[in-house]
Amino acid sequence: MDITFQMVMSQVMLGLNNGVFYAILSLGLAVIFGLLNIVNFAHGALYMLGAYVALLGFTSLGPLIGMPDFHLNYWAALIVAPLVVGALGIVIERTMLRRLYRFDHLYGLLLTFGLALIIQGIFTNFFNVSGDPYDAKPEILNGVVNLGFMMFPKYRLWVIGVSLLVCFGTWYVIERTKLGSYLRAGTENPELVKAFGVNVPLMITLTYGYGVALAAFAGVLAAPIYSVSPVMGSEMIITVFAVVVIGGMGSIMGSIVTGLLLGMVEGFTKVVYAPASSTVIFLIMVLVLLVKPAGLFGKES
Amino acid sequence: MNKYAWVALIIIGLLAPFVVYPVIMMKLLCFALFACAFNLLLGYTGLLSFGHAAFFGGASYITGYLVKNSGLTPELGILGGTLFAAFLGYLVGSLAIRRQGIYFAMVTLALAQIVYFVALKAPFTGGEDGLQGIPRGKLFGLIDLGHVSIVGGSPLGLNLYYFVFVMFCLGFWIIYRTINSPFGQVLKAIRENEPRAVSLGYKVERFKLIAFVISAALAGMAGSMKSLVFQLASLTDVSWHTSGEVVLMTLLGGVGTVLGPLAGAFTVITLQSELSSAGSWITVIIGSIFVICVLLFRRGFIGELGRLLKRSL
Repeated sequence: MDITFQMVMSQVMLGLNNGVFYAILSLGLAVIFGLLNIVNFAHGALYMLGAYVALLGFTSLGPLIGMPDFHLNYWAALIVAPLVVGALGIVIERTMLRRLYRFDHLYGLLLTFGLALIIQGIFTNFFNVSGDPYDAKPEILNGVVNLGFMMFPKYRLWVIGVSLLVCFGTWYVIERTKLGSYLRAGTENPELVKAFGVNVPLMITLTYGYGVALAAFAGVLAAPIYSVSPVMGSEMIITVFAVVVIGGMGSIMGSIVTGLLLGMVEGFTKVVYAPASSTVIFLIMVLVLLVKPAGLFGKES
Repeated sequence: MNKYAWVALIIIGLLAPFVVYPVIMMKLLCFALFACAFNLLLGYTGLLSFGHAAFFGGASYITGYLVKNSGLTPELGILGGTLFAAFLGYLVGSLAIRRQGIYFAMVTLALAQIVYFVALKAPFTGGEDGLQGIPRGKLFGLIDLGHVSIVGGSPLGLNLYYFVFVMFCLGFWIIYRTINSPFGQVLKAIRENEPRAVSLGYKVERFKLIAFVISAALAGMAGSMKSLVFQLASLTDVSWHTSGEVVLMTLLGGVGTVLGPLAGAFTVITLQSELSSAGSWITVIIGSIFVICVLLFRRGFIGELGRLLKRSL
């Protein structure tokens, strides 16, 4: 079989589509890790939860509140799901994570692992593991666009565009605004920032809330593409961990770029040697560990 | 722990199959050994591996294949599985120790995922079905491990049980000796203060790697025995769920205690068999125990007990 330019480009574009999910999720992990020093294992589960908020808002919310004709539409879900999951994140941070900052960072990983099991277990109990379709894709995003080298689904193009906007918006806020400078200072030395009168505990709570809201946002974006299933998060999180190891969590831009690139590499592998596409990110991780153990954008400690 | 306590534990182990259903007891011993091996890393070296299922499950596949398809005797099958796990441990360990702390956990998790993919796709692993109907075979070609003795009217697979029990004791003894050797003291020094251990002239990387290989090999031994007990090697054994379970067992019983992993494995296995009708709620329960354990008693059962009795158990 000959490998044509079209084939490569179309798989790379589809890969980029996965890449933006890796980027949003690893960005969220990096933001949370920066301030809380916790690797949020529940990130995948909260991504899944975001997708379910959209799905249930569309199918079940109306009947539940006695208005059978009410459906939470896609655009509303893009706002509501991150808010709901963000609020849940704030509760998690306030009631649980907060108690662990004094201890070894590993406890944060273990706690969020437990939370991930709880969330995934609840949804496995009520929903089909093989997934349910989310049919609320807005009319305007149906159809395809001619990119010159291929016909590309409009919806996927929208996902790529809006995700890049959110990623670079987050980068801008953290690296270029005053609020972001508090955040970065808090990452470097929380005690000192506290002494300047900044409410660091509140900042930590909101950061966690924002990080998981990003995951939920990605979940809603993913819902019309993949079927919404209880295991969609756990499949995602392990890959994202590998992305994070490759990029290093020290840099916001690093995690975005790594996520995008690895998505495209994965897509490219699908053309060249399809069976390896599910492991190629892990193999790249091995390579990076051999050559540059601190990660592509990490600092040597 | 004094002499009498050890003797009491061994007697309990010898009499257990007459009281508890032997298969449950053997499952318990396999997972207890798995947890003890894991604890050698987390509890005594301070390394959290989130990919130990790769060694447990990987060895279980190898043993299954050697016994079923190559017709080897069970002890050679277990030896093969254990050696494979040790070799895999060497590969994974050499990569993972390049990163510290939280990254170490993520690297091991991701590397274990490669093993999972291999188990799913490789031609000899049986894909989604796994390896089924693995024969128990004859130990050294003489003792039939599938033999069922009738005791008091009920059938008991005592040959296999005592074989597993002896292997467990061997594994446990290796871990116990490792912890209490000068080598083990260095591991504890690394756990407490790695830069200090480096400045004292210890080649920390090498110690970590050796500990990792021992831990992986014994986890593999546990997995090999498991495949003989259940006559099955499946994807569950290599999945991240199993990696998480062994973390929970160790945490629940007490990280860095000799008996903790035993107590933790006992609790989790009992819970699982009691609640097997609860279906996927079991995941929720396991997750809740994780959360409660991390928030309320980070020392685990045995750790808290040891604190009350003011001695290390």
